[in-house]
Amino acid sequence: MSIDIDTARRVAKLARIRVEEDALPALASEFNAVLGFIEQLSEVDVEGVEPMTSVTPQRLKRRKDGVTDGNMQEKILKNAPDAREGFFAVPKVVE
Amino acid sequence: MSDLNKLTLSAARDGLRAKDFTSSDLTEACLTEIEGAGALNAFVHNTPEIAREQAKAADARLAEGDAPAMCGLPIGIKDLFATKGVPTQAASAILEGFRPEYESTITSKLFDAGAVMLGKLNMDEFAMGSSNETSTYGNAVSPWRRGNEDTPLTPGGSSGGSASAVSADLCLAATGTDTGGSIRQPAAFTGIVGIKPTYGRCSRWGVVAFASSLDQAGPMTKSVRDAAIMLEAMCGHDMKDSTSADLPVPNFEALLTGDIRGKKIGIPKEYRLDGTPDEIVKLWDDGAAMLKDAGAEIVDISLPHTKYALPTYYVIAPAEASSNLARYDGVRYGHRATLAAGEGINDMYEKTRAEGFGHEVQRRVMVGTYVLSAGYYDAYYNKARKVRTLIKKDFEDAFAAGVDAILTPATPSPAFGLGEVSDSDPIQMYLNDVFTVTVNLAGLPGISVPTGVSATGLPLGLQLIGKPWEEGDLLNIAHSLEGAAGFVSKPEKWW
Repeated sequence: MSIDIDTARRVAKLARIRVEEDALPALASEFNAVLGFIEQLSEVDVEGVEPMTSVTPQRLKRRKDGVTDGNMQEKILKNAPDAREGFFAVPKVVE
Repeated sequence: MSDLNKLTLSAARDGLRAKDFTSSDLTEACLTEIEGAGALNAFVHNTPEIAREQAKAADARLAEGDAPAMCGLPIGIKDLFATKGVPTQAASAILEGFRPEYESTITSKLFDAGAVMLGKLNMDEFAMGSSNETSTYGNAVSPWRRGNEDTPLTPGGSSGGSASAVSADLCLAATGTDTGGSIRQPAAFTGIVGIKPTYGRCSRWGVVAFASSLDQAGPMTKSVRDAAIMLEAMCGHDMKDSTSADLPVPNFEALLTGDIRGKKIGIPKEYRLDGTPDEIVKLWDDGAAMLKDAGAEIVDISLPHTKYALPTYYVIAPAEASSNLARYDGVRYGHRATLAAGEGINDMYEKTRAEGFGHEVQRRVMVGTYVLSAGYYDAYYNKARKVRTLIKKDFEDAFAAGVDAILTPATPSPAFGLGEVSDSDPIQMYLNDVFTVTVNLAGLPGISVPTGVSATGLPLGLQLIGKPWEEGDLLNIAHSLEGAAGFVSKPEKWW
């Protein structure tokens, strides 16, 4: 498996990280180094093996489905780069 | 009273209870040391006002006579822990200016126990790194040096600031976190003790997430006894972390009997890697001999899937990171890129994340995105989760055969110079975690204990791996090893 420049561009897009065109070849080559390393996993026979979902098997705790917290709008907005009238503000999304 | 900053937690606790000095004395001694240690770049946000206030409160509690073990003891907090009103950046530019409105469960527990926070400690960005070279604050520097050289050395990573600060006696102990070795490797590089408890022992609530199925917090201390004391204060069930274990927390210190007669210690043959330096092999053999002298039985064991642990980790950790780090979008907290006219919300996301994340973080987020993307999910991510099952089973088989703990080197080499491992070859850096990463994948407790020095005069550590939830037994074996090794070296002060 080898990553080309188009794939690198697509992955950057999916990850929502801006990568300039001239940086894509180096990025693709770094991906290939990491993926080449990961490729060793193909040697392992995993026939009939369950994929791990929880490393320390335990029943998840249940609690009553009720409100336990809230009423902290100000605190939640405190660190926002842009907050207006009690909301997070973002650039226009819908035309 | 001088040199109070050099005390262990246990000695300081005993001194406080005996009224030999106060928490304010201890705290001032540490604050003075921190002032003079800018060259180490270990503390990145100092909190002297909070420290002095907490020390005063601790002294009042101590005067009343009923103070817990951690009461009045000054410590450093890794920048990954959310601390209310105090900058918490995970060493990333993307969280610049972020001051949490809440306190992590672990820091809450430590503060409730009376611990004093001196400040926040340097680390690799989002805990991704093994040398503390990916931090937005710049490199943390080890107090240790190779012989007479003045090459700045790495304190290891990702908890590099914690390791540097404890080793240089800027604080009595520090919190760390460990996703693939980030407590144990820096502890080994700087001659201190670091324990990663069983997954689920310490609440992850309020700890900036890297790879949630692997992340665990733990103490970094000057002795095994200190690790026992501080770990007890950090552990415990938390409803706010669904993976937190609802199990009683033992008095770990009381379990340090030093008696390890009859314990079966496994030596895994797969950890004898080609190219391991002779001094590491000798350190390991010496450690096994020490445990044998103390009455333990040494047995050869096999952990056949060891070789696949690092590749498995470099699928699972980036996959989880790409998901966890999706929250840094410039909307709710931290950095937001300035937009040009006509740019929309996708430009905002992409520019914010390009500006805010460093190179290694970007690389891992994108690798994670790739292995989770349509068409590759089964080939990479599901495959890695299956191999992870096999890695865990290797350990289960060893324990089922009667092994109580496993002894391995903590790192494949002593600390290297900053800049000596190239950024363009990520695999070479990843190999630092070859002995530690299996433990995270299997969710087990692991502890690094300093047991020797390299030919160049740098500390070397051994790792002990224990059974799930058996930190008490593990600490006791580590205590015995520590006593037999008698590691007492300290870095000579140059900073």
